[in-house]
Amino acid sequence: MSTAQTSADRPRTLAEKVWSDHLVKQGEDGTPDLIYIDLHLVHEVTSPQAFDGLRMAGRPVRRPDLTIATEDHNTPTLEIDKPIADLTSRTQIETLRKNAAEFGIRLHSLGDKEQGIVHVVGPQLGLTQPGITVVCGDSHTSTHGAFGAMAFGIGTSEVEHVLATQTLPLKPFKTMAINVEGTLRPGVTAKDIILAVIAKIGTGGGQGYVLEYRGSAIRALSMDGRMTICNMSIEAGARAGMVAPDETTYAYLKGRAHAPEGDEWDAAVAYWNTLASDEGASFDAEVSIDADALEPFVTWGTNPGQGVSLSESVPDPATIDDQHERAAAERALEYMDLAAGTPLKDIRVDAVFMGSCTNSRIEDLRAFASIIKGKQKAEGVRVMVVPGSARVRLEAEAEGLDKVITDFGAEWRFAGCSMCLGMNPDQLAPGERCASTSNRNFEGRQGKGGRTHLVSPLVAAATAIRGTLSSPWDLGLGTGPEAHSTTDDPGLTATDRTEGEAR
Amino acid sequence: MQKITTVTGVAVPLRRSNVDTDQIIPAVFLKRVTKTGFDDALFHGWRQDPEFVLNRPEFQGAKVLIAGPDFGTGSSREHAVWALRDYGFDVVVSSRFGDIFRGNAGKQGLVAAQVAYEDIERLWAVVEADPGIDVTVDLVARTVSAGALTVAFDIDDYTRWRLLEGLDDIALTLRDERAIAEFETHRAAWRPKTLPIREPAESGSL
Repeated sequence: MSTAQTSADRPRTLAEKVWSDHLVKQGEDGTPDLIYIDLHLVHEVTSPQAFDGLRMAGRPVRRPDLTIATEDHNTPTLEIDKPIADLTSRTQIETLRKNAAEFGIRLHSLGDKEQGIVHVVGPQLGLTQPGITVVCGDSHTSTHGAFGAMAFGIGTSEVEHVLATQTLPLKPFKTMAINVEGTLRPGVTAKDIILAVIAKIGTGGGQGYVLEYRGSAIRALSMDGRMTICNMSIEAGARAGMVAPDETTYAYLKGRAHAPEGDEWDAAVAYWNTLASDEGASFDAEVSIDADALEPFVTWGTNPGQGVSLSESVPDPATIDDQHERAAAERALEYMDLAAGTPLKDIRVDAVFMGSCTNSRIEDLRAFASIIKGKQKAEGVRVMVVPGSARVRLEAEAEGLDKVITDFGAEWRFAGCSMCLGMNPDQLAPGERCASTSNRNFEGRQGKGGRTHLVSPLVAAATAIRGTLSSPWDLGLGTGPEAHSTTDDPGLTATDRTEGEAR
Repeated sequence: MQKITTVTGVAVPLRRSNVDTDQIIPAVFLKRVTKTGFDDALFHGWRQDPEFVLNRPEFQGAKVLIAGPDFGTGSSREHAVWALRDYGFDVVVSSRFGDIFRGNAGKQGLVAAQVAYEDIERLWAVVEADPGIDVTVDLVARTVSAGALTVAFDIDDYTRWRLLEGLDDIALTLRDERAIAEFETHRAAWRPKTLPIREPAESGSL
């Protein structure tokens, strides 16, 4: 493992270090490497056939102690004690329960306090740690890279492969450095950084790469913010996104249920401190983003790369040089029912969705609540707040955030993926327009005919107040750098927050 | 996965080209939670027609499907191979396969035997002249025989070896089981484990 650094003479990237520390067998003659998997996260949608395959072949799960399952994609966010109405949803959840029992897998079911979106659950339990490999049958597994883990989504056949062997045959990825230097202005958050990155490199720009987010603006982010960024790496086409671990990472982890303790903690930290990319390590590609110049960002189209600053207008497809992108923009504007040149701030919404594995952690809820506190939502706008996990929900309620949210006129729901992808009843009606803190603005993603604008929790909150796409700047909040708060605050009101993590 | 050396059984002539995976198994069947039991889903649309070749009594219990060019194009769904296997087919013979389908077939123990188009025509002629005649596919010799006719087929060496040895992806990896076990003995004790379940230190505060 960490001691066998045969190529220590050559400067290496974070991704290369994690890869080589998990090499079970080096590939030869073009065959892939065999990579060990430290943590396998399982949910109800992509696992049934994998377990069925094991059953057919008479194979056990090799390492139930490196595997954990939760119910998230299909789960209702209302009346969670009632049977699930949709037959397919219910079957998938019942199948997961049966499989977990049969194969000895730890499962957090609906109603359990550790239940929630798989990418919120892993970190909050302290299972996601620096330098590990994490897989899940879900593309947003990239979230866990925020800890300096190598984390990526896999298909159902690969889920079966990992269950049976705890390994995957993989060809090495290329590396791309995303340098984000400077200081975010108040009201600008991690979500705006990643939307700007995707707008810059495109939805295919990261294909074949592991992205490493670096620079002073990344170092200043909390873990929740780093998770937001790594989460959407897949929307740039990348296999994974990573941030080197540091004191912020360790402070988040310490004391969590499955974090190392005592001497083991010290040994772990000593190892984690070796993971950062070496001085002079070379990346296959580099991209730079100026954090000082960033503004609250919003998407106008039907892929996450179709975004601009909120102060701008809907772009005119005629000004786009690339013919494929131009055609895509024309189609997007038609679907979104938007005219080129419309100021984004003039766009009215029908709904606001605050949730998803991108933005449903406690800091996201605090940021959202800090803006809406003591206010009323715009008339006719439906506002839904869905915490990422049952624990986040409990934590928010302990801080009184649920009261802020319901007083505002918003719905306070139970944990799950919810309206991010509408596999449960939480969906947009045809033609409805939504400001959403989720990760995908694809056609029909949030409900057939639904129209999605991807935004940060702060923009979601301001939009819910005004009824049109808005940022806290439009409420007269935090327009200058002097109001910028310290490291781990995604929002504007450091003083409003409970100090530190409550564990 | 079963080792395959030769397959002998009834062959079905499917006189169609560009049979995409949506025809092999429609999307509505993708919601299921099993990897087996897709036999009823195979060619679901076409089988509603009583005259469809699979519905004819002389072709029941078939093991070999002889199809026109470009079989298995379109969607990547692995279910297409599962459905063919569940129905009882061990071999699909065609003059050209969709790439992803061919890859999926090799991994799931279905032989995708590629023969020249004129040989497809000759095979069709033999099995249609004598419906229900036994056809033999020899993976060692790479031949398809029907009555007096024997034609050669192509399959890449790696896939053929895997089929002969009965190795799916997992079985292939498990050939390195010792290396995996060896790796695990060096895995640091502080690396995370999901079991036994540990409670947060201050869980009472929530």
